[in-house]
Amino acid sequence: MISGRVWKFGDNINTDLILPGHVMFLADEERQRYLFQANRPEWINLVRQGDIIIAGQSFGMGSSRPAALALRNVGVTCVIAESLGRLFFRNAVNFGLLVLECPGIFAAFEEGQNATVSVDDFSVRNDATAKTLQAKPVPKSLLKLMLGGGIFPVLERDGLIASALPPTAAKAKK
Amino acid sequence: MPMTIIEKILARASGQKSVGPGDLVDVDVDTVVLFDSSFFPVDWRDVLKVFDPDKLVVAFDHRIPAPNRACAEAQVTGRAFVKRFGIKRFHDVGYDQGIAHVIAAERGYALPGTVLVCQDSHTGSAGALNCAARGIGAPDMIYAATTGKAWFEMCPTVRYDLRGTLKPGVVTKDVFLHLAGNYGDHTGTNIEFGGPGLTGLSISARRTIATMGTELNAEFSTFEPDDVLFDYMKARTAAPFHPQYPDADAKYLERRTIDLGAMEPLVALPDGVIRNTVPVNEARGQHVDQAFIGSCANGNLEDLAIAAAVVAGRRVAAGTRLIVTPGTQEIYRQAMKAGYVETLMNAGAVVTNATCGACGGGHLGILGSNEVCITASTRNYKGRMGDPSARIYMASPATVAASAIAGVITHPGEFLAMGAPS
Ligand code: SF4
Repeated sequence: MISGRVWKFGDNINTDLILPGHVMFLADEERQRYLFQANRPEWINLVRQGDIIIAGQSFGMGSSRPAALALRNVGVTCVIAESLGRLFFRNAVNFGLLVLECPGIFAAFEEGQNATVSVDDFSVRNDATAKTLQAKPVPKSLLKLMLGGGIFPVLERDGLIASALPPTAAKAKK
Repeated sequence: MPMTIIEKILARASGQKSVGPGDLVDVDVDTVVLFDSSFFPVDWRDVLKVFDPDKLVVAFDHRIPAPNRACAEAQVTGRAFVKRFGIKRFHDVGYDQGIAHVIAAERGYALPGTVLVCQDSHTGSAGALNCAARGIGAPDMIYAATTGKAWFEMCPTVRYDLRGTLKPGVVTKDVFLHLAGNYGDHTGTNIEFGGPGLTGLSISARRTIATMGTELNAEFSTFEPDDVLFDYMKARTAAPFHPQYPDADAKYLERRTIDLGAMEPLVALPDGVIRNTVPVNEARGQHVDQAFIGSCANGNLEDLAIAAAVVAGRRVAAGTRLIVTPGTQEIYRQAMKAGYVETLMNAGAVVTNATCGACGGGHLGILGSNEVCITASTRNYKGRMGDPSARIYMASPATVAASAIAGVITHPGEFLAMGAPS
C-alpha cells in the first residue's frame, strides 16, 4: 500500500514542462530544482516525500529525458494519470517510479486529498470520499523494476555496472 | 495470427510465434548505438561488461568537434569505453565521423529484420531499412549494452500505402509534412510504409520519413523491404539478414493511401508540426535570419544536391545565413566530388563538418533572441535551436535553399523547374 497527499496536473504535461531541456546536463540535485518551472514554479518548494501526482491525458509526452528520475528524487512516490507518454512510462520503469494509468482518476480527486494505492490489485482509493477506482494493471516484470528502484540496482547486483556511490563515499564504506 | 512488419520482427527477436497489440515483449537486441551525449556524467554509469562488443556502435555526433569542456570530457569517457571493450565500430572525429543514424544506414550496420536501439529519440530512422529501431532512455540503453536485451510494449499499427511518383522538386520531407498536417498525432501506434510508390524512393528518402516518425509521436516506423533496399545493403555488407514482410491479412488500426504525385512543398509553422503545416506560398514573404540544411533526416547527399541545384549561380540574400551540415564526412566527400559543396559555398553557404550541430541547438548555428529560422532538420519545438523566443519554420531542403536565396520564405519552384507553384 502506498498512501500520500495528492497534487493535480492537467492534460498534455510534456517533458519540457516537467524538466526543461536547458538543464539537461546539470547534476541531478541541481536539475530537479527546475521541475515544472514553466507551469508551476512554486511546486518544487511545496512537494514533500511521499506525495502523489494525479494528472490528465498524456502525462510525460515528448523526449527521452529523465523526467521520471527527477520526480522520484524529490519524493514523489506515484504518478497516476488518465494516460501516460510512452517514453515517460519506459523511464519510470527503468528509474523506479511507480506510474499507473487510471481512466477517471482526474475527476475523482481534489488537490490535497489523500490517495491510497494498492499494487496488489491496482486499486486507487480517495481516502476523503472513500471512492475506489481501478487502474490498468502493470505487467509483473515491469512492476518489479518500478518498485525495486529501476534497472540500475539490477545491473549493479549482476556486476554489469559499478556501484553508483561516488568514489569517496565508496571508499569510506570499505 | 497474421502480423504487421514490426510484429514479425519483434516476434522473431523474442522467440515467439506471434505477438500483437497489448503484448509486452522481451527481445534480443542486434545493435546498440551510443553517441557522445550517452557519456555525459548525468546519464552514464561505469560499465563493467558489455554483452557483445561487436554488436555495439559508438558514433560521436551531437557536438563534434567538442565545443566546450563538458563535451570534451564526455568524449574522453567515450573513447576510454571504446578502448576498454575493443569496440571496432567506432566513429570518432575524423574520416569516419557522422551522425549516428546516418552512419547506421551508410555503413550497413542496421540490418533488415533486426532490432536496433539508441538513446536518441530519432532512432526510428533505421526503420527505413526494415529494422525495428527505437529511441530509449539512458538506463534502457545501458541495460541493452550490458545484457543484449530490451523490452517493448506492442501497439497497433497504421499502414500507409504509397503510390505514384513525386514531382520534381518535391521530396519526402514534404510527404512527412503532409502526414503531420493531415493526419496529426500518431501517439500509441506504429507506422508501416509500403506500396508501389516505394520503388521510386531511395533509402535516404525513406530515412527522412522514418526519422520524422518521432515527430508524429509514433512508436516504431518501418518500411517494407524491396530490391532498392537489397541493392543498398549488398553494396555495404556481406552480413546475412532476414527481411520481414507484412502478412497479407495483417490487422491494421487504419490503412491510408498516399498519392505521391499529389504532394506539394509544405512548411510547418513554428513550435511543432502536428496539424501545423501550410503550403509554402501561405508563409511566403516571411523574413528568415537563418536557413539550415542538415540533421539525420536531411543531411543526405540528395538533400545537398537539390540545395545546390536551387542556389547554383545565385547568392544567399543579404541579412540571411545559409548553414549546410552534411550528415557524415563520407557524404561531405561525395558532395565535394559532385561539385555541390563548391556550388553551395559560391552561393555564400557555410558548409560545416558533419555533426548534429544547429539541429539540436548544440553548436554551429544556435539561434539568438527573436530570430527566425527555416530549417530542413527534425524538430521545431520552441527553444529547440537556441533562444526560446526564436521562431522555427520547417521545410524541405529545396524550400530552405530557395528561402535563403530570397531572404524570405519562398517556394522552390521560383528557382527550380518543377511545374507551376501551387
Ligand atoms: S541530427 Fe538532430 S534529430 Fe538527428 S540525432 Fe542529431 S540532434 Fe537528434
